[in-house]
Amino acid sequence: MKRITLILIAAVFAFAGSAAAKDWKKIRMCTEGAYPPFNYTTPDGKLAGFDVDIANALCDYLKVECTWQTQAWDGTIPGLLARKYDASIASMSITEERKKKVAFTDKYYTTPAKFAAHESFLTRVIEGKLGKLKIGVQRETIHDRFASAMWGKKADIVRYGTQDEVFLDMKSGRLDLALADSVAISDGFLKLKGNEKFQFVGPSFNDPKWFGNGAGIAIHKSNQDLVELFNKAIAGIRANGTYKKIQDKYFDFDVYGE
Amino acid sequence: MDFSIISENLHYYFDGLLITVQLTGISLLLGLIFAIPLAVLRTSRNFILTMPIRFFVYVFRGTPLIVQMFIIYYGLGQFDFVKFGFGVFQEGFNPDNIGNQTFLWKYFFSEAYFCALFAFTLNTCAYTIEIIRGAIESTPFGEVEAAKSVGMSRTMMLRRIILPSSLRRAFPAYGNEVIFMLHGSALASVITLMDITGAAGIINARYYAPYEAYITAGVFYLCITFTIVWLFKKIEKRIYAHLAPYVDKTQKTAAVN
Repeated sequence: MKRITLILIAAVFAFAGSAAAKDWKKIRMCTEGAYPPFNYTTPDGKLAGFDVDIANALCDYLKVECTWQTQAWDGTIPGLLARKYDASIASMSITEERKKKVAFTDKYYTTPAKFAAHESFLTRVIEGKLGKLKIGVQRETIHDRFASAMWGKKADIVRYGTQDEVFLDMKSGRLDLALADSVAISDGFLKLKGNEKFQFVGPSFNDPKWFGNGAGIAIHKSNQDLVELFNKAIAGIRANGTYKKIQDKYFDFDVYGE
Repeated sequence: MDFSIISENLHYYFDGLLITVQLTGISLLLGLIFAIPLAVLRTSRNFILTMPIRFFVYVFRGTPLIVQMFIIYYGLGQFDFVKFGFGVFQEGFNPDNIGNQTFLWKYFFSEAYFCALFAFTLNTCAYTIEIIRGAIESTPFGEVEAAKSVGMSRTMMLRRIILPSSLRRAFPAYGNEVIFMLHGSALASVITLMDITGAAGIINARYYAPYEAYITAGVFYLCITFTIVWLFKKIEKRIYAHLAPYVDKTQKTAAVN
């Protein structure tokens, strides 16, 4: 009995060993699917957006097959740790705290964070009509961390599961301000019909201490080879013009940053 | 597994406990207060009287609680007249002036807390109406007959015979409803409220420890459920005292043998 157990354990290890050293033919990608224009679900149920296009371009470049799944933002890192997928491309900022849990590729874009508010906001500030401000953020994002640390005691930080819900409540007038990625705000909210009365307010925030060094693809720490593979591919699609083509489809400015 | 993250952040759970208990307690209380008269009306033979109640019960039992909550929280915010009153239908109305918000919106529907409370109250009210209605309709006819025979009026009969008797019978089923409502209140976390489940969500998202986060939430819910079950048992013992097996207290020694 003991011997059988030992053989089984050895077999498991041998299998695990071979799995770790496999060359990647199939990569299981994951995204949130609720963060336009970076990743969202189209009305017919398909995933789309900048993140998704970039990932597909990376997979083409590496000549690997990529399969897709979605995962709510809260569960992105736990899902990765549980190996439900190999890589998550969900506009996740590369922060020191997250690096403790997962590995990141090089950044594939950087955009600053900004506040958005209704156009009457400034008038209400001047007229002193504002009580305790309500600031909407997506739960446990860099924006949540930043807002909570800076103004957690002076303002009500209202935390939502998805960015879309923040915008929804912004529109219904429950929030005074929303803090989010500037592009998510402009493309996911300001540019949409019926939101003409909303606009950016205040400065851009990009302190690396809070906002990290751009968005990267998160990968399980044991798959360092995959990180290197993706890094090579990111450099590759930057060089061969694919990146620019995808960028131009979504944005009229350089989304990669310096 | 690392439960130190839980012990360091236990205050989130206790804050959450307060919200959970408040939401469930208040909505159950309000729901019950509305449900009793409505259940009585529901047993009436007047179709015009029962129709709206039937409809209300049908709608709120026929849709998931989360859908009701979303309609109230997100759905109502879509309409300008909810926010600014019926002035929006007049020409030249300028909704930009946020000071024009209706009282109802400003102090009630703009708060996630009250939206959740409102949805929960309506939901539990609908279920409770049905529980009580069932109990009223199953009142033994003998009790009614006896009441009639001593010349009680309809209202007196209701007050002295039918309601006490049927509420007593409805009690165990209502205990179930209380526990369902407690568990239903976990949905409040979806609309930004930091109840017990919301606290678990924060811990999970911050430390990427879903197991520890949710098992702790589970333990909190178990504790509340235990308290509820214990409380209901106590009350049941009291209100069913007349059904308990007879123990002759004067003959204690004999009982031992």
